Amino acid sequence: MMARLLSGDLPRSRALTAALVAILAGLALAPFLFPGTRPLDVAAKVCVFVLLVASYDLLLGYTGIVSFAHTMFFGIGGYGVAIALSRMEVGWGSIALGAAAAVALSLVLSFLIGLFSLRVKAIFFAMITLAVASFFAILASQLSNITGGEDGITFKVPELLRPAYRLLDEPFLGTIVGGRFITYYIVFGASLALFLALLRVVNSPFGRVLLAIRENDFRAEALGYRTVIYRTIANCLGAVVATLAGVLYALWLRYTGPNTTLDFAIMIDILLMVVIGGMGTMYGAVIGAAIFVVAQNYLQEAMKAFSGLAKGMPLLPDLFHPDRWLLWLGVLFVLSVYYFPHGIVGQLRARKKQ
Amino acid sequence: MNAASADAIPAQRFDWIPPALLLAIVLGAFAMIGTPSTWVTLTVAGLAMGLLIFIMASGLTLVFGLMDVMNFAHGLFIAIGAYVAASTVKFFSAAAGADSFLANLGAVVPAILAAALVAGLLGWFFERVIIKPVYGQHLKQILITTGGMIVAEQLIHVFWGPDLLPLARPATLRGSFLIGDIAIEKFRLIAVVVGLAVFIAMLLLLNRTKIGLLIRAGVENKEMVEAMGYRIRRLFVGVFVAGSALAGLGGALWGMYQESVTVHIGANMMVLIFIVIIIGGLGSIGGCFAGALLVGLVANYVGYLSPKIALGSNILLMVMVLLWRPQGLYPVSKQ
Repeated sequence: MMARLLSGDLPRSRALTAALVAILAGLALAPFLFPGTRPLDVAAKVCVFVLLVASYDLLLGYTGIVSFAHTMFFGIGGYGVAIALSRMEVGWGSIALGAAAAVALSLVLSFLIGLFSLRVKAIFFAMITLAVASFFAILASQLSNITGGEDGITFKVPELLRPAYRLLDEPFLGTIVGGRFITYYIVFGASLALFLALLRVVNSPFGRVLLAIRENDFRAEALGYRTVIYRTIANCLGAVVATLAGVLYALWLRYTGPNTTLDFAIMIDILLMVVIGGMGTMYGAVIGAAIFVVAQNYLQEAMKAFSGLAKGMPLLPDLFHPDRWLLWLGVLFVLSVYYFPHGIVGQLRARKKQ
Repeated sequence: MNAASADAIPAQRFDWIPPALLLAIVLGAFAMIGTPSTWVTLTVAGLAMGLLIFIMASGLTLVFGLMDVMNFAHGLFIAIGAYVAASTVKFFSAAAGADSFLANLGAVVPAILAAALVAGLLGWFFERVIIKPVYGQHLKQILITTGGMIVAEQLIHVFWGPDLLPLARPATLRGSFLIGDIAIEKFRLIAVVVGLAVFIAMLLLLNRTKIGLLIRAGVENKEMVEAMGYRIRRLFVGVFVAGSALAGLGGALWGMYQESVTVHIGANMMVLIFIVIIIGGLGSIGGCFAGALLVGLVANYVGYLSPKIALGSNILLMVMVLLWRPQGLYPVSKQ
């Protein structure tokens, strides 16, 4: 049953299994375990980013192509829902329509970009996606009558998802069962389902072909696989899942703006999560996203404490300034690429073999 | 094939279509704009922007042509150049504040040189530490250079602080010359002069010296140059350092033009630089020049004629060029 659910791709390491179970349990029971607004925000963000990073891993880790346009698709999802809910009647129909339109747009865009630039080298694709994504970000900030410009769009969600809504009058196990509770479980459930679907994809014959292309595209082509087509399909698939992640994130935040979706900094975050967690292992997305989002929210406080301790010494307080947390994750990223190409997951699995 | 014809290598015919296209755009813009004074102002602005981009992009495209390395952290050298220039101008603030052109140059020239020097040194370090271990692995190159950029941007924050840094342009370099009713910004003229000087120096180096010959040969066929007994690695380090120094120089000029420096100055520029070297043909220095001028001119003309599409003009330009010549304006022949 379990193996079937995970498509036969088991964690294959006791430590990794323990970590994954802990993360899953933590996320599944988040509203009960961690009461309060901020921890629930962190948990929802972890869910969305696990999905986003997993869809990026499909491209980077499994197919071996580097795209810098993943945040663009993430943003398309967010803006799709935001525009639909702010322009049309607030309801489930608008959400479905906005999401469908966003997915369609993402499909067309990713297909065009793929056909246009996946024939040639990986570097070319990376450069083109970077250019297109930055163009899209400028477009979103300039077309302020549609996208709200730099301010973004704050929108209303259906009654059932509003914070003021109460499903049960009495708190259940000390937790208020209301709009936020329901929204969280929608985000969690959808992320989990889509993650398992991605796991299914990478362990299918299609996924094997992607791996073959990553390892040696020339040989894959010689074996009779049209590498361009496989790469383009992977690109489209990654884009669609990223769009859906954007939809979920927008529903959670009830807001979509350039800073939450299209910013290049988010692209960097995704890269860090994939590489630190482990490229080419779907579980790496879970580990990477969980570590990163928690670090983003709580590492700064640890650094603040350390920076206070180092006060008076030269340079150290600056290096450990709370705003410099990205510096240390960046160093970890560079070291990962050199020494642990399969990230934390790869390390855990390798230890078992010894 | 007889011996005589084998001795004489036929000179490569120069492809005149891209320069002709540039000229056509300049003339076409004149027809559409109508007023000569506006047209001259826009053309000078476009040339200045194009040449600045060329200064920054030339090193990147050569490095790619020579060693198949794409440095996604190239923007870092631009940012470093701008920051170093800001610090240097501050250091020579007496000269920068004076009201004579020569005294101002006494602040600007050291700033530009210091920017190029520091960026070059950093480039050398970067090549040794970051890029050397990942030759021939494109995926890792992209990742590792992006990672290097993240770390370096944060280090810039550590040393220079996270806030926007003002970089005041000296007094005599502000404002514009007025010739009749034509206004030409002084600083743009300086950018044009420096850019042309760099381009001519580069052409002389590449076409008239032995090192240039080796670089051009290395771009076309690396193995053959190595087989002849030349150490292409060492040549490559030289090109990488020179390219980084040029990026620093361009960053210094760009920072002075904007009169402020943030850490994103390089990353913002990177998008334009990528577009330029894709348009020009990856690895081609002539293509980089033509592409840079094309982007600079078109951006300025379109910005004036119809500001609505100005945002997308670069992307549209890239798409159109690639539909016409998928390998770029001047494709590099690779064996």
